[in-house]
Amino acid sequence: MRSASLLVALLLALPAMAQGLPEPLTDMPGDAARGRAIITDRMRGLCLLCHAGPFPEERFQGNLAPSLAGAGARWDAAELRLRLMDSRRLNPASIMPSYYRTEGLNRVAPALQGRTILAAQDIEDVVAFLVTLREESP
Amino acid sequence: MKRCLLMLLCCLPAAAQQRRSSFEDMARETQALQRDDATNPAMLWVQEGEALWSGAAGAAGFSCASCHSAAETSMPGVAARYPAWDDARGAPIDLAGRIAQCRAERQGAPPLDRESPGLLALSAYVGLQSRGLPIAPPDDPRLAPAVAEGAALYAERRGQLDLSCAQCHDDNAGRRLGSSTIPQAHPTGYPLYRLEWQGLGSLQRRLRGCMTGVRAEPFRYGAPEYIAIEAFLMRRAAGMAMETPAVRP
Ligand code: HEC
Ligand code: HEC
Repeated sequence: MRSASLLVALLLALPAMAQGLPEPLTDMPGDAARGRAIITDRMRGLCLLCHAGPFPEERFQGNLAPSLAGAGARWDAAELRLRLMDSRRLNPASIMPSYYRTEGLNRVAPALQGRTILAAQDIEDVVAFLVTLREESP
Repeated sequence: MKRCLLMLLCCLPAAAQQRRSSFEDMARETQALQRDDATNPAMLWVQEGEALWSGAAGAAGFSCASCHSAAETSMPGVAARYPAWDDARGAPIDLAGRIAQCRAERQGAPPLDRESPGLLALSAYVGLQSRGLPIAPPDDPRLAPAVAEGAALYAERRGQLDLSCAQCHDDNAGRRLGSSTIPQAHPTGYPLYRLEWQGLGSLQRRLRGCMTGVRAEPFRYGAPEYIAIEAFLMRRAAGMAMETPAVRP
């Protein structure tokens, strides 16, 4: 795993309109099945609190955000990685949490300070799953 | 006074002009629980509060009623105008803080801690006397800094999830966060019985829940920050009807 601060430096160096981060965060390729499990886990991914998606077994999906269905048709892995790591680089007013950022936060619970919401390999797993979502919701 | 309210309404964001209590978004069965005092579980605390109100406590042998007579005559409208300015401390004080202060300093009785059954019971009993009355924050300029601080805290992002109160309760009210409909965050019903808590809880307990929800470090119970947020929320809800003791999912 590469260091988070290096990545933050990398993010800062990107031109303002950069749309993606092509470099994977880890050397291990993402595991899509694990990624799906993270997305549907409301304590870990939290994704379904805000997003709906093609997860027929999951009740009570949120409607604060666009559906994840078709995300892999709209965006490539690099674009998805950036949106997960720090969607506020694209939209500073976004409510989507930055899953791989520790700087610039306020009053974080002591036990979580300095920790990202997801680990580097989790991000890769989620990206690996999202790219498989090629169909828009019916 | 009327002009002040008008000015306030003009300053509010468009969404806040159609203000609604989250009572309206609750399931019909939960609404029925709140509507009927015979089924509202919060009424158990109210009964305990009534007993505490008239029971003597402390060395001097005073009850609340010794000074305030019957709550039905002395307390209507009181909960609707808190937080108020506390001359003794030179700071705003919330209703629970005032009750605890009367109890410790005037009755000389053992102190009631925040969220203790006794303080919740007395707050619910006093709050019930304002049920149906409009929220009416005092026109006291000394409260203005607290209202402003509350507004700033409401708009400030916090926690590992980096979300502000306003992002949920102004920008996304009415939408679904998982299984919950996001309410507009009006403090109309506190203390209230929450099914998830299986008990009565204060507004501060609710605010704590929202703060830990975004993975932020909550303020300690009784902190001036909570009183500031309450002062802001009460101003924002001015004119709405008090529901204490409400029921929420
Ligand atoms: C608190 C709300 C929230 C949470 C939690 C959340 N998102 Fe989002 N997400 C959004 C919003 C809102 C957008 C729309 C763009 C924006 O405002 O930044 C978005 C955009 C996206 C997009 C781009 C969608 C598109 O097609 O345009 C993807 C992909 C995405 N999120 C994936 C995820 C995943 C995966 C998770 C969990 C690991 C997650 N989100 C958690 C709110 C959220
Ligand atoms: C991520 C979204 C989110 C954030 C951020 C948030 N809340 Fe909430 N809040 C909720 C939801 C959802 C509820 C409904 C209760 C539930 O089911 O948890 C709620 C309930 C409330 C209520 C109770 C309303 C009632 O009718 O009883 C109040 C008051 C409140 N929030 C205030 C705040 C304040 C003040 C902040 C910031 C310190 C805040 N919230 C931050 C989602 C949020």
